[in-house]
Amino acid sequence: MSLTRKTAAELGALIASGEVSAVEVTQAHLDRIAEVDPQVNAFLHVATESALAQARSVDERRAAGEPLGPLAGVPIAHKDVFTTKDMPTTAGSKILEGYRPPYDATVTARLREAGLVILGKTNLDEFAMGSSTENSAYGPTRNPWDLGRIPGGSSGGSSAAVASYQAPLSTGTDTGGSIRQPAAVTGIVGMKPTYGGSSRYGLIAFASSLDTPGPFARNVLDAALLHEAFSGHDSMDSTSIHEEVPPVVEAARRGDVAGLRVGVVKEFGGEGYQPGVIARFREAVDLLESLGAKIVEVSCPSFGYALPAYYLIAPSECSSNLARFDGMRYGLRVGDDGTRSAEEVMALTRAAGFGPEVKRRIMLGTYALSSGYYDAYYGSAQKVRTLIARDFEAAFHQVDVLVSPTTPTTAFPIGERADDPMAMYLADLCTIPANLSGNAAISVPCGLADEDGMPVGLQIMAPVLGDDRCYRVGAAVEKAFEDRWGGPLLKEAPSL
Amino acid sequence: MSAITRDEVAHLARLSRLALSDDELDHYATQLDDIIGAVARVSEVATDDIPPSSHALPLTNVYRPDEVRRCLTPEEALAAAPAVEDDRFRVPRILGEEA
Repeated sequence: MSLTRKTAAELGALIASGEVSAVEVTQAHLDRIAEVDPQVNAFLHVATESALAQARSVDERRAAGEPLGPLAGVPIAHKDVFTTKDMPTTAGSKILEGYRPPYDATVTARLREAGLVILGKTNLDEFAMGSSTENSAYGPTRNPWDLGRIPGGSSGGSSAAVASYQAPLSTGTDTGGSIRQPAAVTGIVGMKPTYGGSSRYGLIAFASSLDTPGPFARNVLDAALLHEAFSGHDSMDSTSIHEEVPPVVEAARRGDVAGLRVGVVKEFGGEGYQPGVIARFREAVDLLESLGAKIVEVSCPSFGYALPAYYLIAPSECSSNLARFDGMRYGLRVGDDGTRSAEEVMALTRAAGFGPEVKRRIMLGTYALSSGYYDAYYGSAQKVRTLIARDFEAAFHQVDVLVSPTTPTTAFPIGERADDPMAMYLADLCTIPANLSGNAAISVPCGLADEDGMPVGLQIMAPVLGDDRCYRVGAAVEKAFEDRWGGPLLKEAPSL
Repeated sequence: MSAITRDEVAHLARLSRLALSDDELDHYATQLDDIIGAVARVSEVATDDIPPSSHALPLTNVYRPDEVRRCLTPEEALAAAPAVEDDRFRVPRILGEEA
């Protein structure tokens, strides 16, 4: 079997035992990138030299008898919203074209410490704002299942890289669903950890009270291994939780649901949901029941207000966070001809450097925060946030986890929603509540929709710091489905 | 009735430091009107007795010991600057007088 088809756990074991070298594994993935990425466009930057250097250093450490971690020498694709000292960092924006950060994000540093080999930086919706990766200034990424469709977003380069075997693992960030939605529509696993469980230091900020780094992988155990590798307290992030990382790897290895109470959120379904998505979701619920879980219908009456609240809170925070891109200290500067004022240069720079979705959100946030509108919009949205958290609290008194479809539809065709922001925003309908309340949530594959043969994701939501429950249930579902399917869902994908 | 006028959008663009063309203003005015019309629903349930949440978790301010640590050197801090002069960021004029 080709090295690029192996799981991260398998590759780590092969490298640790010396059966293959980290250099061989890295070269196999670099070859795969050269072969398929011209079609997929998952990578904005491929770091051939530094990847091979990192792989060589893992091989040298092994030869010297040093103990290696479970992911040492395993390649990874890194979302281009994390700063990397030795690679460009663009956030998918023209305003940061060619930018080289002077420091590594904590997540980047921890990948390096774990011996992971960073293959390069992956494409994303500009500043992580979007659900399709079409908002990248560097062209859309394509879904490996159907190159005419979107790979989800904002972490669409990361989902597509893993789904097309260009990397066994990748990083993402999830502000309103930007890990879970791309994972769902490309048939892989994506996890949003508890807010504050993974560090935001060096993550280019979009909405700071929501942004959460998390892992992508082709199976639940690999996702847990990566989650464990980069999570945990960071004194450089003032909202980092001072708690142990939940036992996610142990939970992924355990993978059982006997006696567990699983809540089905009543409010997710109906209009706007694709029949094939609902059919696969119902099958997943039946499967959980057959595995010994107790299924309970749960009502979360405020979840219907999560999407509008999110599209006030996230733009408000973004309008403030993106004020730093002013053309003065880094990045693009436009119109500085010696006659214009700093303010004029800023306005010209931002107009030239930001794409349409970023401009829309900055103006929307500026509006929601302006005096006279603050109470009606931002203030009300913050109250809805309280209601969402109360709904989750009440639900988790009755059940151990909540389940829903990850997305209302499968991957849509590229271009279909590009100039209809409200239609695009609906892609995050089921994922947003967990962001507003900080909960852990994962998406695992649950089959293909009948209408279009595209992957469907099952979302499993757990309480704050209950990340291990996501992995425990996700692993049980994965095992049962793979027994039924005769292997992972991804084997159904057309070969590229 | 529209939730937001084109003039208001032009004002928002100025506040947001975005030099937008007339065509862009027309385009964004329509789209922002749609979006604001849709998200205004939040006020239906946001009653006076509900406290607002600015954050998902009950976090309090975090402090660290006031110790000297390594920080960026001037060279590192200025490396990505569009214009530099005498170890400083060089910026266009910031006061109102004629150049």
